[in-house]
Amino acid sequence: MQPKEYQQLVQEHLPPRPIVKNMLWAFFVGGLICTIGQVVLTIAQSYERTKNEAAAVTLAAMILLGTILTALGVYDEIAEKAGAGAAVPITGFANTVTSAAMDFRREGFLLGMGSKMFIIAGPVIVYGILSGFIVALIKSLVLGLL
Amino acid sequence: MQYLIAFLVGGVICALAQLVFDTVKCSSAHVLVGLVCLGAVLNGLGLYEPFQEFAGAGALVPVLGFGSSITTGMISEVKRLGWEGLFTGAFEITGLGLAAAVVFSSILALLSKPHK
Amino acid sequence: MDNRLGTSTLTFSKGPRITSRYTLVGPMEGKGPHALDFHEILSDDSLGQKTAEKTERLMLELAITKTLEQHGTRIKDVQFLIAGDLLNQITTSNLAASTHTAPFIGIYGACSTFAEALGLGAVLLQGGFANQVLIGTASHYQTAERQFRYPIELNVQHLSTNQVTVTGAAAAILSFAERGPRITHATFGSVVDMGLKDPHDMGSAMAPAAFQTIQQHLADTQRTLADYDIVITGDLGKQGSKMLRLLLEREGCSGLERLQDGGSQIFGDWQSVGSGGSGAACIAVMTLGYVLNCLESAKAKRVLVVATGALLSALTVLQGESIPCIAHAIALEQ
Repeated sequence: MQPKEYQQLVQEHLPPRPIVKNMLWAFFVGGLICTIGQVVLTIAQSYERTKNEAAAVTLAAMILLGTILTALGVYDEIAEKAGAGAAVPITGFANTVTSAAMDFRREGFLLGMGSKMFIIAGPVIVYGILSGFIVALIKSLVLGLL
Repeated sequence: MQYLIAFLVGGVICALAQLVFDTVKCSSAHVLVGLVCLGAVLNGLGLYEPFQEFAGAGALVPVLGFGSSITTGMISEVKRLGWEGLFTGAFEITGLGLAAAVVFSSILALLSKPHK
Repeated sequence: MDNRLGTSTLTFSKGPRITSRYTLVGPMEGKGPHALDFHEILSDDSLGQKTAEKTERLMLELAITKTLEQHGTRIKDVQFLIAGDLLNQITTSNLAASTHTAPFIGIYGACSTFAEALGLGAVLLQGGFANQVLIGTASHYQTAERQFRYPIELNVQHLSTNQVTVTGAAAAILSFAERGPRITHATFGSVVDMGLKDPHDMGSAMAPAAFQTIQQHLADTQRTLADYDIVITGDLGKQGSKMLRLLLEREGCSGLERLQDGGSQIFGDWQSVGSGGSGAACIAVMTLGYVLNCLESAKAKRVLVVATGALLSALTVLQGESIPCIAHAIALEQ
C-alpha cells in the first residue's frame, strides 16, 4: 500500500473527538476560574488605587492559585477533562511554569530548574512581547506618539 | 451580576479555544500563542480595554488578557518615554505576574515532587 | 544458507530457549488485568529513588539480579548482556550494565527492543558464540514523558489515540537448558515509513511495520496466522490494532481472532489510558509474563511475538519528519 493511501485510511479511521463534550467542559471550568478571578478582582479594586494595580494583583493571585494546584498534583487532572478551560486562563500559564520547575528540579536548581522553567511558557511570553511590540509600534505611529 | 458575566465570557473564550484545538488539530501551544497575539491585536484596535471593563476577570484572566496587558503597558510607556516605552512597557503590568510565577513556582517546586 | 528461511527469517535448529525470566511492573500495571502474570508489582513508582531515571535503572538491575538467581547463574558466567531502553543514549541500560558487568551489546529499537534482544540472543546461541545470554529492557512513565513529551504536571488533554508508557522492567536468560519455550524463528523487520507525522497516534504509524513483518514471516515460514495460538503485537494500542486488522483483512488474511496486543491488554478499560500501554517494557513484561505463562500452562503451544517500535525522537517531530517504524517477529514454541 502506498503511503498516501495509508494516510487516507488512517484519517478515515481516526476516532472522532468529542467536540461538544470538550467544549462544555472547557466552558464550565474556564468560566469557573474566571469567576474566582472576578472575586479577587473585586476585592482588589476596593484596596488598590488604580485599575492596573488591581489587575496586576488579580493576575498574581491567579498565578499563585495555578501554582498551588499544580504542586498538589491536581491541575493536570482538571486539564484532562477541561482542556482549554485549564490551559487558557492565566492559571494554565502558572501551571506550565510550575510543572516545568518541579520536573527539572532533579537536574539541579541552576542548570535544570533554572534553565528550563519557561520551557513550555516561553512561546507565550515571546510571542506576547513580539505581537505587543508590533501592535504598539503601529498604534504609536498612527497616533503620532513617535 | 459581574460574576455571571465573568463566568460566561471566560467560559465562552475557553470553549472557542477548545473548538479550535479540536477541529484545526494544532497543539495547545499554538492555540495559546494565537490567543496572546489576538489579545494584543484587539487591544491595539481599542477593543480589548472596553471589553475588559465590561467582562472584568472574564477578559483579564484568559491569556488574551496577557497579550492585551503587554500592549497597554507598551503604549502607556511610549506616551511617557517615547520609543523606549516599546520595550519598558512590556512588563509594566505583566511583570508582577511573571515574577510571581517564578517565585511561587520555585518555592513550590522545592516543596513537592511530581506525581503520576 | 542453513539458518535462513525465505528472504528474511532465521531459524534456530539448536533450540535456544528462554530458560529463566523476571518481570517487574509499576503500581498501575499491577492493577491491570494481567497483574497475576507479573513476578513483582512495585508499591510505588519510585522504588525510593530521587529521580525516575534512577528508578528505571534500579528496576532493570533488579530484574537482571532476580533472573540470574532464578537460573542459578552468576553474571560472570553469562557471555553477553543485551539490553536497551527508551532513554537518550540508552542510559538506563548503560548504567545497569555497569552494575551487572558482562560483554554488553546495547541496542535501541524503541518499543521493539525486547524482540530485537530475543532475536539477537538466539542468533548468538545458534552460532555457537554463547551458551548463556542475558537480555533485559525497562521503561518508566515519567522518564518517557520528560524525554518525549511534557513535564508530568503539565495541563495536557490526552487524546484517545495517545498511549501511556508502561513502568516496568524485564529480564531473561537464553540458554540451552532443558526448560522454557524454544525460540524457533526470528524475522527482523526493516523500517517502514508511511509518512505519518502525528506523535499522538503512534499506533497507526506502527501498524504497517507490523503488517509487513507478519507478512514476511508467514511467507518465509509458509505458515498462516492459524498456525499460531497467539499472535501478539507489542504496543499498537487499540488504534494501531484496528489499522493492522484492516491491512490484514485487505490482504484476505484469516486467523485474525488470534491477534492480541500487549499495549491494549496490559491496562484495563477502567484505567483511562487512551489507546493503551506502550514503552520498551510493555511487550517485554507481557511476553515474559503473560505469554510464557500461557505456554507453560499449555494454553498455547506456539506463539508469535511481533514487537513494534516507533523510531522517532523528540527532535524529528519538531523538524517535521515523519515517523519511521519497525517490527520484529519472534516465534516461540513450548
